[in-house]
Amino acid sequence: MAIAFDLAAQTVQMFLVLAVAPFLLGVTRMVKARLLRRIGPPPWQPYLDLWKLMHKEAVLAHNASWLYRTAPYVIFAATWVAAALVPTFATGLMFSWAADLIALVALLATARFALALAGMDVGTAFGGIGSSREMMIGSLAEPAMLLVVFSVALIAGTTQLSAIASHFIDAHVGLRVSLGLALIAFVFVAVAENARIPIDNPATHLELTMVHEAMVLEYSGRHLAMIEAAAAVKLVLYFSLLSCLFFPFGMATADQSLGPLTVGIVSYLGKLLVLAILLPIGETAVAKMRVFRYPIFLGGAFAAGALAVFLLFVSRSF
Amino acid sequence: MPVFVGIWCVAGLLAIAALGIAAGRSSNGRTLVYGGCLLLSLAGLGGALWHLVSGQPAVVQVLPVGLAGLGAHLRFDGLSAYFSIVINLGGGAASLYALGYGRHEEAPLRVLPFFPAYLAGMNLAVLADDAFTFLVAWESMSLASWALVMANHRAPDTPRAGYIYLVMASFGTLVLLLAFGILAGTEGNYSFAAMRASQPDAMSGALVLLLILIGAGSKAGLVPLHVWLPLAHPAAPSHVSALMSGVMTKVAVYGFVRVVFDLVGEPVWWTSLVVMGLAGITAVVGILYALMQSDLKRVLAYSTVENLGIVFVGLGLALAFRANGMGLPAALALTAALVHVLNHSIFKSLLFFGAGAVLVATGERNVERLGGLIHQMPRTASVMLIGCAAISALPPLNGFVSEWMTFQAILLGSQLPQWGLRFMIPAVGALLALSAALAAACFVRAYGVTFLGRPRTAAAENAHETDNWSQGAMLTLAALCVVAGVLPGPVVDLLAPVVQSLVGASLPAQTFLPWASLVPVAESRSSYNGLVILLFLAISGTLAALFIHRLATRATRRSDIWDCGYPDPSVATQYTGSSFAMPIRRVFGATAFIVRESVDMPRPGDTRPARFRIKVIDPAWRLIYGPTARAALKVALALNRFQFLTIRRYLTLVFGTLVILLLVVAAWR
Repeated sequence: MAIAFDLAAQTVQMFLVLAVAPFLLGVTRMVKARLLRRIGPPPWQPYLDLWKLMHKEAVLAHNASWLYRTAPYVIFAATWVAAALVPTFATGLMFSWAADLIALVALLATARFALALAGMDVGTAFGGIGSSREMMIGSLAEPAMLLVVFSVALIAGTTQLSAIASHFIDAHVGLRVSLGLALIAFVFVAVAENARIPIDNPATHLELTMVHEAMVLEYSGRHLAMIEAAAAVKLVLYFSLLSCLFFPFGMATADQSLGPLTVGIVSYLGKLLVLAILLPIGETAVAKMRVFRYPIFLGGAFAAGALAVFLLFVSRSF
Repeated sequence: MPVFVGIWCVAGLLAIAALGIAAGRSSNGRTLVYGGCLLLSLAGLGGALWHLVSGQPAVVQVLPVGLAGLGAHLRFDGLSAYFSIVINLGGGAASLYALGYGRHEEAPLRVLPFFPAYLAGMNLAVLADDAFTFLVAWESMSLASWALVMANHRAPDTPRAGYIYLVMASFGTLVLLLAFGILAGTEGNYSFAAMRASQPDAMSGALVLLLILIGAGSKAGLVPLHVWLPLAHPAAPSHVSALMSGVMTKVAVYGFVRVVFDLVGEPVWWTSLVVMGLAGITAVVGILYALMQSDLKRVLAYSTVENLGIVFVGLGLALAFRANGMGLPAALALTAALVHVLNHSIFKSLLFFGAGAVLVATGERNVERLGGLIHQMPRTASVMLIGCAAISALPPLNGFVSEWMTFQAILLGSQLPQWGLRFMIPAVGALLALSAALAAACFVRAYGVTFLGRPRTAAAENAHETDNWSQGAMLTLAALCVVAGVLPGPVVDLLAPVVQSLVGASLPAQTFLPWASLVPVAESRSSYNGLVILLFLAISGTLAALFIHRLATRATRRSDIWDCGYPDPSVATQYTGSSFAMPIRRVFGATAFIVRESVDMPRPGDTRPARFRIKVIDPAWRLIYGPTARAALKVALALNRFQFLTIRRYLTLVFGTLVILLLVVAAWR
């Protein structure tokens, strides 16, 4: 019975992240449109877009290889599995021991690896430019993210996400300099990884300013649907990580009965909604950067993360 | 009696080397030599595995050859057995690959006798139990590989590569000689057993460690002793490149571990600072240079430098923990380093085999003249993809496992008491994180430019799949990458007695944990399960594909490239390797490289093509080797005068020297 319940909780988590992902994307787009004094599409528009894309035939270039056709599923699977392993509404889910925070970052790197290769498969200049810039961003953002991971792991004494979340809920960690620095670094990384302004513009149609969109330029139909879904899930993943690491209140920990779980789900959805509204506000407040200013932005994240880790190596009380 | 398996393997390989001289010209020579090497490697692999699995005690044997009064001491213990596995796995795979690849050798007599001798040298190096035998094995390994590097001596770069390799190898051996001299002490007992028994004092222990770090590090390619490696490794035939990068660098690691952890005894904590600092810089610099290369095999060689950096980070951490008596963290760090040794030997051999297959199929090593090979060489492309993903440390493959364990060891570093270490370890962690991310960029570039896109030359367009032997070797190694990634427990358990004997603690047993998880310290601290990750990935990917194909549509149409409506049929519009690397070159250019960009733009109306040239120079040449070479030349020129003296002056010189030496002796007493 307990196993069945655990399995159900894990399954709910898996499909919950998948189900809310397009909606959150829709909310960010709607808020952004309102801030720009447009009406904008309704928040459920991404569901319709995905549905439409799935039912269209996929157009492949003549020289597209098997890698090009498989990559969307790999990207989707890696992102989805990573998102399913982040504790969202409850800690200690059934498979949370399968991958810790480091493995989670590496799973996202797997998705990026597949996406960048897919961008190079057809052999166009746009695909190449996107892949090249994506790997540059990734090679700066991933170490910054790992440093964030190190700093929270040093505070909690574990790299298991579930255990970190429970530690932060139960152990009264309080306000810390290192956590503040880690939060700054995390936000910078999340912005870069999700291809948001000021790093990348998800709504751009100026090819030379695109990174993520340039890589997927040749994709169409169901393949594009998979990639778009993966991008939406990735956004949810970063939102969930942010709320699980830095604002873990409301999560069901020891008592995993229906009551706390409901509280967990409601508070989780509330946190997601708040973040989905905050993100476009931040996005409209800044201008997009030139490509060669990215290193300054991400280098800032790296430095903040490194400083947090240094402080924690010096003393646990920072 | 596994030591005898080892001895017989070495003897057999030497016999095959002799056979290679005799039968090298005949058509069966290749099959005989490589087939024999394959069988002997399998025998050695089996013996070493059996030794470790059945938990045999160390076996000692003294052969009546070698130095008078010393003999050749041989010893086969856990550490030798583990490195024997690495050597024979790599040797066996290379022999299998060469059964097909060797067909393309222009002058087989330049390769066939040296290949078995090279394997024999490496096998003997891990068996040696005295300094003399070790150095003889080490030197014969170096010389045999030098001969193999020179096999293709007419290629323009090869003589220079061979010369630099020879200089660096001699330098390394000289330094090792000094280290063993200190260890042997005034009695001059060169057997390892005597060195183990006489614990050197702290200062000479630290001195030995630094000398070994230079000696073994020059073979392993630690920065700034790495300059020969990206020249020499690619110049050899591909199966030898695989052995040099995948296996010989591991013999250097063996030498370091054997001397530092086994012979020297208790380390001084600050020596680990030096090891970790060098290793962290090596990891980042190695992969940054790999990103800048356009020669496929040179990319791989530089990436070897990076991976050895990762291994030495683990070894340095193990030293730091051991110096403070922290058993379990030391065991974790050492296990991580040794697992990475095995992992790197597997995927680096695989990647060099793939590069060799590409070389045979197209005659090109320059990635800028390749492209689209995934269509012509589908099998090679598939296994190379696995190799590239594994070396980029992506889950669920094996490269990630060892990297993950190294990160776990770094996180335990905050418990160390010394401030120096507490400052160094997070810096090394940041460097390691950076190198892991850059490795992914490097291999996306290498794979994407070589195998994806449109073929850039006729040679790439008309490429053909490689032979079955080579494919078999590559497929075996790719399968091992996956297996070692999802089931790392057995490897860790295999290492437990080895690590126990070196640092006095070992990780808890892993193999029979539920779901084959990897739990190095405690369940509450960290766990990783490659198997579950692989299953989850496979299930969710398949489910998504099935869902869409069944419930939506699977209609597909082939069409022209879209490219935003303006597709250009010229293949030159694709991104090249150097354009792919450009953003990273810009980001790190000011700090890590000396980059010269020159643009030759014709005036309007002029019809000659514009040219853009880029030259990336390794600062090690500019800062260290250039001045050293110039100083050596200056001294040599100054000494040159002594070559043209009259007999009178020579006699005066001899007399004067004699008087001075006698005075020195007199003053000394």
